Formats: sequence, C-alpha cells, structure tokens
Amino acid sequence: MTTTAPFVVPDFGDEASQGRKLAIICSKGNLDMAYPGLILANAALGEGVETHLFFTFWGFDMITKSRMHDLKFTMLGNTATHMPQGLGGLPGMTAMATHQMKKQIHDIGVPDVPEFLEQIVASGGHLWACRMSADMMHLNESDLYDDVEGIISAADFIEKTDGAQIIFI
Amino acid sequence: MTATVVSVGDTTIHVDSEGFLTEYGEWTEGLAGQLAARIGIELTDEHWKAIRFLRADYPSHGETATLRRVSTLAGIPIKQLFVLFPGKPAKKMAYVAGLPKPRGCV
Repeated sequence: MTTTAPFVVPDFGDEASQGRKLAIICSKGNLDMAYPGLILANAALGEGVETHLFFTFWGFDMITKSRMHDLKFTMLGNTATHMPQGLGGLPGMTAMATHQMKKQIHDIGVPDVPEFLEQIVASGGHLWACRMSADMMHLNESDLYDDVEGIISAADFIEKTDGAQIIFI
Repeated sequence: MTATVVSVGDTTIHVDSEGFLTEYGEWTEGLAGQLAARIGIELTDEHWKAIRFLRADYPSHGETATLRRVSTLAGIPIKQLFVLFPGKPAKKMAYVAGLPKPRGCV
C-alpha cells in the first residue's frame, strides 16, 4: 500500500533521552560476563543516555591493567556450552574455550575488553572503580585503566546515579 | 510494509513510518542537505566523509554501518561522530544518508 503523507521527520527523542541515566554494575570477571555490560553501555550511549559503569568484586579484573587483556572463559559450571561438564576440568580446556570465544567475538567485529572500554569512554561513558574491591585486592589508581574516573564507595556510586535505571551483572 | 510517499522540495521519496528513506536509489546529495537541516544539522566536509562512507558501504555490506564500523573503516574517531551527529549519531547518520537504522549491536 502506498499513501501520500506530510513529511515525517524521525523522532530522535533528543529531549526524551535527556535526563535518562543508566547505571551498570559489573561484578564478574569472566570473559563472557564482561561483554553484556559493555554492550549495553555502548548501546545506551549510542541512544544518548548518560551511562555509568561501576566495577566491583571480580568485575575489577575488567579495569585492572595487568588483567584486563587476559579475561578467561571457562566451560566449568556453565551448562549453556552443552558439553559434558567433566570436559571443562581437563587441562588446557579453559585456555581453549577462551581462545575460541575471543575468536568468535573478533569475527563479528566486536572489540576486545580494553578497546571496548576506550570506545565507551569516547562515547561519553563514565567508569568507576569500587573502593572496597580496591582495598581488598590492594590496588590503587595506578593499577587501573587510565580512563577510570575514580575509586569510589558504593554509596558514592548510588549518589552519582541518582534516578538512574540500574543493571547488575 | 506500508510505504509512504512524501515530497521534499521538488522530489518525491518513499519513507517508512518513522521517516527513514526506504529506497536506496532515491537519495541524492542535495536531499541529504535537506534531511540534515530538518534535524538541525548543517553538513560540513566532515559530515560528508561519514555520509559518503555509509552510502558506499551499504550495498557491499548489506546493512547500515554501525558507529564502530564507521569509526574503524572511515577513520573518524567515535568521539567526533558524537560531535557531528549529537545524541544518537548512528541513527542520525543513517537518516541523512538515506539508509535504514543500523541493526548491529556494536
């Protein structure tokens, strides 16, 4: 069906997205658990939404310079691989599964974790490190990815993201 | 799918319900300037670099390039894309380039 109508300009919702905020709490350091937060943050920023990421507990690995390039994927305890669980415990299986997942991610044009963080920061995203995790692991700002804006307490993060929608991963 | 025919200046184009062009061949550089003006953007050489990349990439890639693809292949930093097309750069670029909204995640 074809109709003639007045010119429609897409509603980019510039005014509607102003004031919308998203807070993403990244608490896992496995390779497969790093991506959901990064992808959601990237998508939100592309939609003009103010986005804050809080890295806590094992999620700290994502912003720790010495570890961020080396996150791993393990089949152990993950039934969604649809492989016998015992296989995951064999020597070398985690390395192999990690290698395979990194290849799959690369093949669909998705960046590795450090480059993804760089893209998020370039898009206006904010990265925050958890104070308690830093203390627990004896890490300070010099150990963290340069674009992390600060090491802050959970209460500080809640304050910064007043009114935000929260995603916990 | 319902196609809507609208007039822009003295040309007639097909658009979807949101206003994105549906016919790749109906787009012209002159039209781009008018589409951009309607969303408050005045096109500069830098805008054109992104738009021309999107136009050239679409037929070979089969879908609208994402921000990351524009950034890596056209060599325009992501930060700059947000300056050129504020708010929702991927969608705004696609609109001005007469292409569908990008559907890629990254």
